[in-house]
Amino acid sequence: MSQINSNTPMLQMRGITKRFPGVLASDNVDFDVRAGEVHTLLGENGAGKSTLMKILYGLYQQDEGEILLHGKPVRLTSPAHAIAQGIGMIHQHFMLVPTLTVAENVALGLKSSRGPLTDLKTVSRRITRLSKTFGLQVYPDAYIWQLSVGERQRVEIIKALYRDASILILDEPTAVLTPNEVDDIFVIFRKLVRDGRGIIFISHKLQEVLDLSDRITVLRHGRVTGTTTPDKSDRHDLARLMVGREVKLAPDKHQVEPGEPLLVIEDLFVYGDRGKQAVKGLNLKVRSGEILGIAGISGNGQRELAEAIAGLRRPKSGRIMINGHDTTGYKPGQIRKIGLSYVPEERMKDGAIGEFDIKENLILLNHNHNPFCKKGFLCFGEICAHSKRLVREYAVKTPGIDTMTSNLSGGNIQKVIMARELDAEPKVLLASQPTRGVDIGAAEYIHERIAEQRQQGTASIVISEDLDEVMALSDRIAVMFDGQIMGIIERDQATRESIGLLMTGETQAPVETV
Amino acid sequence: MADSLAVLIIVSTIASGIRLATPFLLASLGEALGQRSGVLNLGVDGVMLLGAFGAYYTVLQTNNPYYGLLVGIGTGLVLGVFYGFITLNLRAEQGVSGIGIYLFGLGMSDLLFQKFVGTPRPILPFMPLHFPVLSDLPIVGEMLFQHSIIVYIAFGLVPVMSFILYKTTYGLNIRAIGENPEAADSLGVSVMATRYSAIIIGNGLAGLAGAALAIELGIFQQNLTNAMGFIAIALVYFGAWTPTGVMLGSFLFGLVQAIVLQCKTFGVIPRSASDLAAMAPAIITILALVVVAKRFKQPAALTKPYVRGG
Repeated sequence: MSQINSNTPMLQMRGITKRFPGVLASDNVDFDVRAGEVHTLLGENGAGKSTLMKILYGLYQQDEGEILLHGKPVRLTSPAHAIAQGIGMIHQHFMLVPTLTVAENVALGLKSSRGPLTDLKTVSRRITRLSKTFGLQVYPDAYIWQLSVGERQRVEIIKALYRDASILILDEPTAVLTPNEVDDIFVIFRKLVRDGRGIIFISHKLQEVLDLSDRITVLRHGRVTGTTTPDKSDRHDLARLMVGREVKLAPDKHQVEPGEPLLVIEDLFVYGDRGKQAVKGLNLKVRSGEILGIAGISGNGQRELAEAIAGLRRPKSGRIMINGHDTTGYKPGQIRKIGLSYVPEERMKDGAIGEFDIKENLILLNHNHNPFCKKGFLCFGEICAHSKRLVREYAVKTPGIDTMTSNLSGGNIQKVIMARELDAEPKVLLASQPTRGVDIGAAEYIHERIAEQRQQGTASIVISEDLDEVMALSDRIAVMFDGQIMGIIERDQATRESIGLLMTGETQAPVETV
Repeated sequence: MADSLAVLIIVSTIASGIRLATPFLLASLGEALGQRSGVLNLGVDGVMLLGAFGAYYTVLQTNNPYYGLLVGIGTGLVLGVFYGFITLNLRAEQGVSGIGIYLFGLGMSDLLFQKFVGTPRPILPFMPLHFPVLSDLPIVGEMLFQHSIIVYIAFGLVPVMSFILYKTTYGLNIRAIGENPEAADSLGVSVMATRYSAIIIGNGLAGLAGAALAIELGIFQQNLTNAMGFIAIALVYFGAWTPTGVMLGSFLFGLVQAIVLQCKTFGVIPRSASDLAAMAPAIITILALVVVAKRFKQPAALTKPYVRGG
């Protein structure tokens, strides 16, 4: 690797075009990576990042254009082929087998030195060596299911290094990490490029992109809209290249003096799916006109907390009060009548019915009441008028209100759900991961609508893994770890570092008395 | 005197439990292999029936039980290719297509029997093996060392299968594909080829199980297996998808059957209740499943067809 002439890129993709029925996923894209650099691919969902990388990893074949590795044209026809050419990919959804050990996962697909028998001892020894060289701490004999997300990611990186990958594709590697883990992994990425490797970093988190990259290439609608470097651009420039227009990265604040507490949670205990305690004695108070953000890594009880508030999961003990009513143990329908609107984490599972058209999803809350339903019959005149109004008000991009919901983009489906939930004029708004997988334009819009709820006097809770989102929206930030609130920080006193520490449960900040 | 009679009864009950467990063990080892790779085969019973008829007819013609075993395995292998084509190439729903295979085997084996044999005629069964010294040992000899060759084949396959699953690259591929085929595919392991091989071998074992049953009994008749293949599937869950677990389950099932038979012979169970008693093994299996199987997770990709990028 050391003899590579830094003038010839390790990888060149020239004029790559890929068509899918009705879509031009990749349109004459040029992209290259040199040894010793991190080259970022930035773009919205559907901008063509994944298509490009799947072509590079042999999962798709390009229709036009050529790929050169170290100056020589290659045709990559399968992942095995790509791996053999020194390309390694760390997938966003880890490609690990939870029931196997680290060593077994690494050995999978490799030729064994003992013929048909596995040779886990040799594999383990080399894993230990690699992990020392690059500071990637893993134990070869641990089972994957026992590992944290950060550890699993290290296994993925080891897997690629074990196969002598000189070009590493990192597909949104920071999506599931805490801020501190992100810092650690960036140090490792730096080590890897110093060692002569090339890294392709795929992300949509603008600050991280600026922190890590040597070069940045932005894609939109399958086309390269610009290539730049971190010293020549800032977050706003990148967002503009991604979206094609000026983007507000945080909604305007119209600070409202908070009023009465509308959501009060006292000493709440909730069990998770596997019968383990997921929420452990949690207390919270959210007042009218304020937005409380709940930060934290997924799986620390956020989902169970949200479901308990919405009445989808019966709390073990404790009390939930909405707008002065004790709603503990109430059914979801009763709680909604008292004034809760709920935007669930899993949009297509709990938030909307994909096979329904837009107007049907828009009336799901009150399809059995006047004016949408009279004497057991649906009144389509009312329903259509209502749906047309909401589609217009919430800027849902759709051919019409009869379009099947699953045909919309993630951002537009989320707008449909937001329209339905906010139109109910809630006292309490509970939004879980409101912009996960949503493109920047739609996210900007959704954030503005949530921020507007302050003026309506709504008490809002936004649960999110995305720290930038929590910091942009909230008046106060509560950090959840292991079923408890580790601390609540006022927005103007919150820093990424202080929140990051609380997210891993490391320090106990003075808990604001509520 | 009473003591030695009791010992005699216990010994013969255990011996017959081992014998009765054999076809279950063969079939469920095969099913476990297929399920470990992520493919459910509900057609085991149909494959067993066709394997049984193939073996029966071969022995009837050749008087050589070993040819019967080979034909039984061969029948299973062919059906395995067929089932692989349906589930892997055509990606048919596995529950339904398995039941299709079962019904096909049930009907076809009877049709062939009626057409080519008609009236039941007995065939030459396996002779018990005789090991020098070992077979003559008191108690242990009768319990373990006076069985026919097929019993030793079946129980011998348990360590072989464990070795393959846990010590070979092929076994690692199977375990990975049953849990996360995408991961295996991304590392260049062929999901298709591995699943095909597991299904073909698994069905071969089901065919062998049918052959073992027919030759052991020395006859064939309509629905000879009487849903043994379905019990074998249950035993895979009971055994938590491990060869040893499957063996324990099969032995327990065979043993309960043997005890029920003994009780009938000695008149402990009245004639009127004998049908009820015959249900005992099934009921015990269900109870054991409820208690045991809940603690283990099935392979995560079981019954899910794999499509790259899908």
